[in-house]
Amino acid sequence: MSTTKAKVERPASVRKGGGRFDWRWAGLAALLAAAVYAPFQLVPFHVFQLTMVLVYAVALLGLNLLVGHAGQISLGHGAFFAIGAYTCAILLDRFDLPYPLTLPLAAAVAFVLGLALGVPAMRLRGLYLALVTLAIAIFLVPLLKRFEELTGGSMGLTLAKPTPPAWSGLAEDQWLYFLTLAVAVAAFLLAASLLRSRVGRALHALRDNEIAAEVMGVRLSFYKTLAFAWSAMFAGAAGCVYTWVIGFVSPDSFTVNLSITLLAGLVVGGLGSLSGPVLGGLFVMFVPSISQDINDAAPGVIFGLLIIAVMYVAPTGLAGLAGRLIKKIPRKE
Amino acid sequence: MRVSAIGCTALLLLAVAACGGRDSGGDTGGTGGGTAAAGQCAGQQTTGITDTSIKLGGIYPLSGPASAYGDIPKGIKAYFDYVNAEKNGIGGRKVEFVVRDDGYQPPKAVEEARRLVEQEQVFALFQTLGTPSTAATWDYANQRKVPQVFVATGASQWGTDTAHPWTIGWQPNYISEARVYAAYLKKEKPDAKVAVLYQNDDFGKDLLGGFKRALEGSQVKVVAEQSYEVSDPSVDPQMRNLAESEADVFLNVTTPKFGSQALAADAKNTKWNPTHIVNNVAASITVLKPVGFENVQGVVSATYYKDPNDPTWANDAEMTLYKQKMQQYAPGADVNVPYHTFGWAVASSFHKAMEAAACPTREGLRDSVRNLKDVKVDMLLPGVTLSTGQGDGFPIESMQLMTFKGERWELFGDVIDTRKEFGPLTG
Amino acid sequence: MAAFLQQVVEGLGAGAIYASLALALVLIYQFTGIVNFAQGELAMFSTYIAWQCVAAGMPFWLALVVTLAVSFAGGMLIERIIIRPVEGAPELTIVIVTVGLFIFVNAAAGWIWTFLIKDFPNPFPGGALEAAGISVNFSTLGVLGVVALVMGLLYLLFQYTKIGLGMRAVAANPASARLVGIRVGRTLALGWGLAATVGAVSGVLVAPLLFLEPNMMGGVLIYAFAAATLGGFDSPLGAVVGGLVVGVAETLAGAYVGFIGSDLKVGVPLVIILGVLLLRPQGLFGRAAVERA
Repeated sequence: MSTTKAKVERPASVRKGGGRFDWRWAGLAALLAAAVYAPFQLVPFHVFQLTMVLVYAVALLGLNLLVGHAGQISLGHGAFFAIGAYTCAILLDRFDLPYPLTLPLAAAVAFVLGLALGVPAMRLRGLYLALVTLAIAIFLVPLLKRFEELTGGSMGLTLAKPTPPAWSGLAEDQWLYFLTLAVAVAAFLLAASLLRSRVGRALHALRDNEIAAEVMGVRLSFYKTLAFAWSAMFAGAAGCVYTWVIGFVSPDSFTVNLSITLLAGLVVGGLGSLSGPVLGGLFVMFVPSISQDINDAAPGVIFGLLIIAVMYVAPTGLAGLAGRLIKKIPRKE
Repeated sequence: MRVSAIGCTALLLLAVAACGGRDSGGDTGGTGGGTAAAGQCAGQQTTGITDTSIKLGGIYPLSGPASAYGDIPKGIKAYFDYVNAEKNGIGGRKVEFVVRDDGYQPPKAVEEARRLVEQEQVFALFQTLGTPSTAATWDYANQRKVPQVFVATGASQWGTDTAHPWTIGWQPNYISEARVYAAYLKKEKPDAKVAVLYQNDDFGKDLLGGFKRALEGSQVKVVAEQSYEVSDPSVDPQMRNLAESEADVFLNVTTPKFGSQALAADAKNTKWNPTHIVNNVAASITVLKPVGFENVQGVVSATYYKDPNDPTWANDAEMTLYKQKMQQYAPGADVNVPYHTFGWAVASSFHKAMEAAACPTREGLRDSVRNLKDVKVDMLLPGVTLSTGQGDGFPIESMQLMTFKGERWELFGDVIDTRKEFGPLTG
Repeated sequence: MAAFLQQVVEGLGAGAIYASLALALVLIYQFTGIVNFAQGELAMFSTYIAWQCVAAGMPFWLALVVTLAVSFAGGMLIERIIIRPVEGAPELTIVIVTVGLFIFVNAAAGWIWTFLIKDFPNPFPGGALEAAGISVNFSTLGVLGVVALVMGLLYLLFQYTKIGLGMRAVAANPASARLVGIRVGRTLALGWGLAATVGAVSGVLVAPLLFLEPNMMGGVLIYAFAAATLGGFDSPLGAVVGGLVVGVAETLAGAYVGFIGSDLKVGVPLVIILGVLLLRPQGLFGRAAVERA
């Protein structure tokens, strides 16, 4: 484990030249250490909140592939989140599958559906794709209610949560947190390696200039569809973990509001960066609570204003804003 | 640039973690690190309650599409403020009522329930609103052994389920309400053909299902049914389809806005004039008034609490007190909004249940709300009382029919106790 | 047959509602090149202003004039205060700002006027026109008439005025427009103002039918998007025809296609949007965009 880490570390620091301390890896290591340490310190309620932040971060990671890296707008990502959540719930409820198996299956179902929807959807550009995905998100709710034998209809499905194994000595909230953390770390590694590959370069090329990319031989529709399917897969995986954590799914959990909140969270967090989804997850999780602390009569007023305000101050998202602030601090070199 | 953002997040997380302190917050073992009572109630939980205070937490949609229900906690707060200021609280305990917003989203409801129980250390969850939010939280409440009392949803599962003794409903469940309408039709129109418009969710399905079951063995038949989604702009197309059935009774199972639309569509269609039954959720004056009183004459519904718009209660002592104290403790809130009345009545119910508890503990409250014997509560109709017991987890199961005349509802017939008419409700 | 025609009439009634909002969407797209997700909520807010005026004792038509004026000013103000700072930002940023505006306006209306339904006066007489066993409500006819009028005015504005020409230039290419001396900022503000005004007309028209509350336009929005997509985002005539087609298609599908039923008919706009974009992306009446790399 430590050797592989060292291997990755070296080229990064070498590139920056001459044994200088690499802040990036130090930051990541600190973050991971803090993430592992936190559940032993925090009360269960905060552990739960962090768990949900990670769940949203995984979903946003997928959305980021599509929006941030491939430049396509989706207002219906909540639909894939819902599909992952429901796949997982149905597998647990009807087939009594052990829960670790539900994750790959849920991700696979979301991937295939993303692929199927991606083929027609990816011929569309910009705002039109936003409209189509919005319509999908709206349509999913009555569709889930229709197949009542499978989905439990409008009453939804209540499921048992994964119980921590005795050897771990962990409480339920801690166990769920570590499961989610493991999924999140895996998802981040996967996304990072995807982006470093040929595919990632192709996506960036078509985001920055579609026509130029096409001229250079990037197969537009192929990569766009692939980006759509991957982002659906991440959302599906996040949805599955959501089912583990909440233990309850119903159509009302996945209204179009979820899709809109996810997109807003991503843009506020920062497009195209790896830290954007985490910051976005924090935004999705905590800003509604903060809004109602400020104004309990109409939390939506504050929430709406905050979205606009962040776009004002930080059009590149919070990740970009943090970067700008740090740059302003004079550093001794 | 990314580095710094990651670093910042890490620092933030560490800072939060450092000031946390899991041990002080308690474990997940069930007692929540709370306190326990001594004496005859030894070992029972006293978290959130002292000799002078009691802390409750409620979860309502204050934002999002279901925000209309956000008026309920205003009535509850006014009641508790009044009791705190003028009655020295409940048995000397001043009530603190913490309201949180879940935007009608189940995952938010779970988060807020955890916040209330673990961080705010409330004594009990006093109302979660809506079936999805309640269904998402009741496992948690029962695991932590926190009472989740008088939830604001009429789904029948709160009363029929036996695995969640800490959760209990309050208002007549939708099936009981359906039984009232079925009883009315069986008596007044024994061979009626019924057309039903219902909301495609737990509420609509529960009521429609209960209605059909209560009709079994009679000549009353459901001949047409149409559903709508909350996201639909209008129910006019559904009403057109129902009109073609030429049924002689129309059962309107809707929430307020759609209730108005259906009433208006029925009034507009001069060729189809069925007996119009509107369910309690959409029967408030605020729903009928926009349609025009001249268009809703003779509409039938059922209720269980006093309508502040009804002149019958103009000189009623409870009503006078309600209106006066609402103005005093919730200035700016319209006393005629029935959601406020609902809040007042449910708060009064909590008052009675808490007073009747043998022990001022969570266990005491749990047992007390499941052992109510004909308890009279402010603002409920005369003859409607709270009753629960072994095998009966529904506090209110009686309603009275009413018909709309002039500018107000007129009650008619006796209070119908569905327990007696149809036997107890089981899963 | 009469029953079928009656369903068609019902669909046209619904379609007129979608068309009225679609007109506002088309207008703002023409002026600014963006899709405004908050358009429906702005229309709802304008309707509340009209309601407030009527409640304060103003006669209906005076209240309407006041509302249209306030909406126009309000639309321009929103452009100045909220949209101007992100002008030139990527499309996505502006989309998110309109989403933020959507949430804010909806919550603000609920805060000011509560979520209880308000009774809104119907400018058209009650009752219905009866012919050949079919009845058409006067209010449906009224809505259709006003929608046609607004459509005609917009057509004239787009085709025959200097403002219309300038605004098309701005939407097509702001930088070039600025170079040839068009005041881009003023044109954009005008676009928001006009769209808000048309939205106000839409809100006032539909409020007596859908009943006024903060979520009144939420359900209409997706149908209006489908209408605008079907007709073409740059054609007022297309918006109206698109709205009527969407309304009729949705009503008939709900009534006669067993599998769809009344619960799945919200799938109709999805199918329409997807179908149009794949087969004829510019819509029925739109002009295909020719792009230069």
